[in-house]
Amino acid sequence: MHIPDGYLSPSTCATLYAGAFAGWYGALRRLKRVLFSRVIPLIAVFAAFSFVVMMFNLPLPGGTTGHALGVTIAAIVLEPSGAILAISIALAIQALFFGDGGISTLGANCFNMAIAGSLVAYASYRILAARSSIGSSRRITAAAMAGYLAVNAAALLAAVEFGLQPMLFHDAHGTPLYAPYPLRIAVPAMMIGHLTFAGLAEAVVSAGLVAYLQTADPGLLRATSGLGADWNDTTETVGPRKSLRRLWTTVAVLMLLTPLGILAAGSAWGEWSPSTLATQQGYAQRAGATDVQRAAIPVGLQKLSHLWTAPFPAYAPPFVRSRKFGYLLSAMFASGLLLALSLVVQRFLQRGKAGYWE
Amino acid sequence: MSRSRFVESTLIGFTRAFARAMISEEAARQPGLLQSLDPRVRVVGLFALVIAVVLARRLAVVLALFLLAIVIARLSGISLSTLAKRVWWVVLVFTGVIALPAIFFTPGEIIGSYAGDTIHVTEQGVRTAALLIARVETAVTFTTLLILCTPWVYVLKALRAFRLPPEIILMLTMTHRYIFLLVETASQMFESRKSRTVGRIKGAEQRTMAIGTAGVLLSKTIELSNDVYGAMQSRGFRGEVRIVAEFRMRAVDYAGLCGFLLAGCIAVWAGR
Repeated sequence: MHIPDGYLSPSTCATLYAGAFAGWYGALRRLKRVLFSRVIPLIAVFAAFSFVVMMFNLPLPGGTTGHALGVTIAAIVLEPSGAILAISIALAIQALFFGDGGISTLGANCFNMAIAGSLVAYASYRILAARSSIGSSRRITAAAMAGYLAVNAAALLAAVEFGLQPMLFHDAHGTPLYAPYPLRIAVPAMMIGHLTFAGLAEAVVSAGLVAYLQTADPGLLRATSGLGADWNDTTETVGPRKSLRRLWTTVAVLMLLTPLGILAAGSAWGEWSPSTLATQQGYAQRAGATDVQRAAIPVGLQKLSHLWTAPFPAYAPPFVRSRKFGYLLSAMFASGLLLALSLVVQRFLQRGKAGYWE
Repeated sequence: MSRSRFVESTLIGFTRAFARAMISEEAARQPGLLQSLDPRVRVVGLFALVIAVVLARRLAVVLALFLLAIVIARLSGISLSTLAKRVWWVVLVFTGVIALPAIFFTPGEIIGSYAGDTIHVTEQGVRTAALLIARVETAVTFTTLLILCTPWVYVLKALRAFRLPPEIILMLTMTHRYIFLLVETASQMFESRKSRTVGRIKGAEQRTMAIGTAGVLLSKTIELSNDVYGAMQSRGFRGEVRIVAEFRMRAVDYAGLCGFLLAGCIAVWAGR
């Protein structure tokens, strides 16, 4: 499927380069929004992995062998933006270092395999796997189907590009100047091999690698699982959405239970108000104080006690008569304040990260 | 398929990749026309000639460019047997298989009939097949000359002339570096498995073996990327990529660039 130089006209190459540039630009922009310094080595090493996987001579049913593209597993692990760059880099190295695939057709190869392949693989995998659990066998089937569809979509695009050449580019005598076969020949000729061997090879590798990751490293499947999380999250136990739901439920229950604090006798040790302290029998007796001293409050404490007045003293706003409702209102107010504060900090950190890259 | 044939063919593929890389490094070190030019001139000049090949619509012009490629190869110390083995024979087989049926399928003036007047060879068919083979042979020869005469590091630095984002250049550099590490790792895994295998293994087992190797390689890849990221961070990497470019254009480089561009322009003009 690697189109060499000479098969496509310059205008076709230019158009597909433009399409590929749009894909690369979009992918790069999207990746710069996340932790880009982390993404650079991940994509680079994954591109190397895709390159090596393309060299694997995979035994297929029927006694033949085939080569996979590695685009599906890249789209499943890295999401389409990462896969687009990883596969494009692998294709660029194949063209510029090993001479596989042309220079003028690099845009076309990247457009077909890296961009269209990644998008088709990702969309098919997400639709077919739906929201099944990470360890589900449905994900293996979805990966196989996604691999099969991605390779065949890329092959179909290449076939259409070939098939358009004799229609659009021929000399005055009708001699095709580039790929010589029209669509009615190019499409079936190209698709027969891909609907059988190449598609099957990609399906086998994608399904096998997803099955392997389900056992060995399920965290890598989370990014595109539809269950949340990103590349850095390798937690296996509870999905983020589920854990968030639990968190909110716990917060709500705790807020509702806050009036229970009224039932507790006395006050927390060391959290006395000056007046409470003054009436503390134990404090006065242990100090061996006189009656005058017993009624007095430490000077430092009395000075500092007016420094800050709480908006809800004793966990109840002054205008609320019901003590239980005051407790509940305090809990809601405090939780809301903490959430707002955390959102402001999160926003500030995100803006700082985006500004750093842009 | 025999028990180890697919393992062997994969291993041969790995070895061939190593061998190709080593041949390129050796050819790039020896003195010659291309090697004496600034890498940016080589990249821009040979890319321009590839584009000229693609733009040329006349077979004679493509053949002239092919001759030019042979002259450049000889002046750069690249043997014709290397090009024949690495490029010409392979392209002839693959593109020939694709182009040959066009002789019969392309509509046009019939210049020969065979098998009781059921198969016709057309003039347009012969022309298009010859043009396709010549064009692919010539373009791939120019690309191979660039690969053989320019170390990968120089190609990457030269690519900066095309204003590629530095992050992409960095990723290309790292990928190239780790391709060889991963090829070596995969090669060792296959060799160790082959050395422990006795008797025939079935197709399904072969697939399991290949997928298992790919899976382990994927785990190692992710682990490697974490290690590389840690190493980059510990050396102060914060996302900014700076690439030192110490190339300096000399008079001979400008002359070379003009020569390449002139040849390309003449070919485009003559082949239009």
